[in-house]
Amino acid sequence: MMLMNATRSGAHVTGESGMIGTWVRAGVIALGLGAGAAQAEAPFIVVQSTTSTQNSGLLDYILPGFEAETGIEVRVVAVGTGQAIRNARNGDGDVLLVHAKAAEEEFVTEGWGVERFDVMYNDFVLIGPKSDPAGVEGGQDIVAALTAVAGAEVPFASRGDDSGTHKAEMRFWQAAGIDAGAASGDWYRETGSGMGATLNIAAGMGAYALTDRATWIAFGNKGDLEVLVEGDPRLFNQYGVILVNPERHPGVRAEAGQRFVDWLVGQDGQAAIAAYQLEGQQLFFPNAQVRP
Amino acid sequence: MQNFASEISAALLLILKGDAELWAIVLLSLRVSLLAVLISAMIGMPLGAALAVGRFRGRRAVIVLLNALMGLPPVVVGLLVYLMLSRSGPLGVLQLLYTPTAMIIAQVVLVTPIVAALTRQVVEMLAEEYSEQLRSLGVSCLASVPVLLWDARLALVTALLAGFGRAIAEVGAVIIVGGNINHVTRVMTTTIALETSKGNLALALALGAILIGIAVAVNALVSLLSLRAEQEGLSHA
Repeated sequence: MMLMNATRSGAHVTGESGMIGTWVRAGVIALGLGAGAAQAEAPFIVVQSTTSTQNSGLLDYILPGFEAETGIEVRVVAVGTGQAIRNARNGDGDVLLVHAKAAEEEFVTEGWGVERFDVMYNDFVLIGPKSDPAGVEGGQDIVAALTAVAGAEVPFASRGDDSGTHKAEMRFWQAAGIDAGAASGDWYRETGSGMGATLNIAAGMGAYALTDRATWIAFGNKGDLEVLVEGDPRLFNQYGVILVNPERHPGVRAEAGQRFVDWLVGQDGQAAIAAYQLEGQQLFFPNAQVRP
Repeated sequence: MQNFASEISAALLLILKGDAELWAIVLLSLRVSLLAVLISAMIGMPLGAALAVGRFRGRRAVIVLLNALMGLPPVVVGLLVYLMLSRSGPLGVLQLLYTPTAMIIAQVVLVTPIVAALTRQVVEMLAEEYSEQLRSLGVSCLASVPVLLWDARLALVTALLAGFGRAIAEVGAVIIVGGNINHVTRVMTTTIALETSKGNLALALALGAILIGIAVAVNALVSLLSLRAEQEGLSHA
């Protein structure tokens, strides 16, 4: 009804409605200029990385140093490791910074990446509700803890997204000889989401979950959850960096990308990683091979 | 969650104090979505009007399809645009992935069917009303399109606002093709998604409140302008 009324009254307008026209033109010019400004850009690289490096605040902390030194802007796309590798394989990134060593080595072997370097590590932890219905608190054996969780059939929130953390979790289930996927939808909940979203879900349903320690420390909605199992050597979490192969994807900004890789595994980058702390804790530990 | 009130006042304070980072995000949201709506209008309005007055075989089917496309899932559109713009995709050489332009393209795909379908509806009603007049003047179907669009312009503002609402609120498409890159492609909705994933729920909610405020402001501004145009029209008549 309102539509038709408006239409009828509008139908009798004969004169030019100059004001709206002027507004629209001004708007178009303003927007157009804005869009143009964004296109004229300084040198940059696209880094396909994982949510833990971004959500923990590490990249925000270390990147300004590299950018100031080289004038190269680093644009970070933070997704799960699986998706980051697929995006890089499509050529949609110049550098890959992720944490799934086997998948990274495969990426290089298949020719998508030039060479893989260790950058830093931290560790995974098993978190769960304070009440700890599976009784795993204080344990140091991740496989035994997951076996207890499965035995008690208490909710476990899995990433379920082929991320580095998900791949690690799958290794532990395999070591325990448990087919957690068979309980999918029952006590085993595959969120198919990022680490933060999965932690939100775990907090909401009082579930156990495997997370990297950096994301956990930086996470703001811990609720009733706490770290229950840590310290198992198998919980070691290694990050690697790879330059995407410019022979496969000529669009790769190889020179700038290589400078970033060199910086990250060099003295300055390693020192910056070591210096990053949150709530008094160091989140990532640099361990690149010192290069001759 | 207790600190929601303090978070929302802190977020509002950031806006009022002119926090450069937050303002850049807000302005990018507006720039991307307004440009997307503008482009969608240029495509969707003539298309919708032509569909309203045109008579051809399969017209009904096209209308049904167009109406259905109003419900395109953003994440699917994001994926399709990603596959097109990826370096490995057919338009990879343009290097548009992870730029605001890619986000505009995705939103144009989402918004154009909405604008076209709503335009079709408005213009079809108007065309029925004017059919004798137009025929007596000997105006052909397609020639009547600009006239009908001009006469329906005030009603079409609603179609544009519906499109804008869709564009400014969606996250599924822009996060895939934009990549949520800080200072480059981070907009309101992707910031909210990021803060949620960091567990900063109160901050995410506060940003959401700001987003809603912006949507209300844009709608109020447009309705004010169209009200004024309407009054001008009446005084001329």
